[in-house]
Amino acid sequence: MLDGVVKVLTRIAAITVLVMLGGVIVALVDGSIPALRAYGFSFIYTESWNPVTEKFGAAAPIFGTVVTSFIAMLIGVPLSLGIAIFLTELCPPRLKRPISTAIELLAGIPSIIYGIWGLFVLAPLLQRTLQPWLISAFEDIPVLSNLFAGPPYGIGILTAALILSIMVLPFITSITRDVFETVPPMLKESAYGLGCTTWEVVRDIVLPYTRTGVIGGVMLGLGRALGETMAVTFVIGNAHRIANSLLAPGTTISASIANEFTEADGELYTSSLIALGLILFVITFIVLAGARLLLARMKRAEGK
Amino acid sequence: MNPAVLKQYARRKRSHKIAMVCSFAAAALGLLALAWILATLFAKGFGGLNWAVFSEMTPPPGGEGGLLNPIFGSIVQTVVATLIGTPIGMLAGTFMAEYGRNTKLTMVVRFINDVLLSAPSIVVGLFVYEIMVRPMGHFSAWAGSVALAILVLPVVVRTTEDMLLLVPDSLREAASALGAPRWMVIQQICYRAARAGLITGILLAIARISGETAPLLFTSLNNQFWSTDMNAPMANLPVVIFQFALSPYEDWQRLAWVGALIITLAVLSLNIAARALSAQRASDR
Repeated sequence: MLDGVVKVLTRIAAITVLVMLGGVIVALVDGSIPALRAYGFSFIYTESWNPVTEKFGAAAPIFGTVVTSFIAMLIGVPLSLGIAIFLTELCPPRLKRPISTAIELLAGIPSIIYGIWGLFVLAPLLQRTLQPWLISAFEDIPVLSNLFAGPPYGIGILTAALILSIMVLPFITSITRDVFETVPPMLKESAYGLGCTTWEVVRDIVLPYTRTGVIGGVMLGLGRALGETMAVTFVIGNAHRIANSLLAPGTTISASIANEFTEADGELYTSSLIALGLILFVITFIVLAGARLLLARMKRAEGK
Repeated sequence: MNPAVLKQYARRKRSHKIAMVCSFAAAALGLLALAWILATLFAKGFGGLNWAVFSEMTPPPGGEGGLLNPIFGSIVQTVVATLIGTPIGMLAGTFMAEYGRNTKLTMVVRFINDVLLSAPSIVVGLFVYEIMVRPMGHFSAWAGSVALAILVLPVVVRTTEDMLLLVPDSLREAASALGAPRWMVIQQICYRAARAGLITGILLAIARISGETAPLLFTSLNNQFWSTDMNAPMANLPVVIFQFALSPYEDWQRLAWVGALIITLAVLSLNIAARALSAQRASDR
């Protein structure tokens, strides 16, 4: 009898997880109905964000979210792969654990700490060094001069992307390191036996063998970057426009919500912010679900 | 030897060297980032660390004060969130590893749970705003705690399932053979065998939520004053850091750094404790 009760209880708890997901979707859709009714599909591609005239569009935050995450991946993925290669192929065994732990601790640091550090330490530094250099270095090159134009504010899209790239490091590193370690030693030894260098083993044996898992890890990192809120809110500048320059201030979906939600007055304003949240949730859900499917496939292949 | 072959050798050697230097540099950069952030926190926060921080309320701009009410609020909301999220998470994990192993429901829950594990926390804030703050008509510490509990849940579900699956089936069979009903097997045998792992999971969940800011911004909001009322807005460390750091007042910014140092030390020690616990378990076996 008691066993039946316990069984049902645990089952209900398991279903709660599903209910949670359903609840999030229903609540967000319900909250964004006024905005969706007022603007329809044009909400997604309208750039204007004007609380006075109540004209809201999600284009600028979506743009900022995608661009910051994309740049963060451009920087973060090679770095993470480099660290994973270092940990699995180069690192002396004695240092392996401490270094892995240190990298993983980066994931433990709360995002608000990245934000405050980015605003007070990284942004001024970039304003003095990297940004003036980028502006002068690309001045005469047609397309790139637009990308790195304007005054060096310190804060802006590029700074946010740099901080995101540090924040995704531990997630991508720990997964790629784990999948690198699933490569059968026999395979690697055979390549070494044929005279391959470590780099050739990594490039031609390890990476092809673990491709699915690596892509899964990268997508997991991407999911994190897309949804990251506080760190970005500090350094993005919160400007609702799509600028050509990476040095200009911008905004992301999560930063807009964090900055404006408590101050939003009027149903349409609040509802537009919730609609932004819905868009963010849908995007990250797709990315994260893709990542999990790839990682699950990797695990299955390994089990065979 | 053939000069063409020698040239190829040199090229391969060179690309190997370049790749290895890059990989080494990447690891150095990662460690540098951690060291840099921690060094900044100590440099800017350690000087302000004194007894007043733990004994006085948040000051008005220009005034003297500490961080007592946000520290208290953070602890209360973290504890309540853990108390709500952990039992549900453990029960769900128990279902997945014990009663419903390999069922379709388990597979679906595992997948959704993994996605929720890294879902953006600000969306959780919006969700709780919609289901609690809006109907109740005001911000409250309850809403903040529920938002944090929703973040606790997937972490605990995941570790509970993983840890219970590590318990060998022979233990379960031995207990069942003695006539113990299933719930007793789980409670007396499986939970005990997996205890260190389960505690690790809870510690990681606490570490995860104690630094969370985004879900609290519009659930428990903030409170300048001392409050123990769970039905009213309650101060909490992350939101106070957010507010103080972005303020133009220097003494507020200084307190923000102190708060940042406290929170980081707390979260990192929880992380390290969890790690030490699971390492100890690994060496026991």
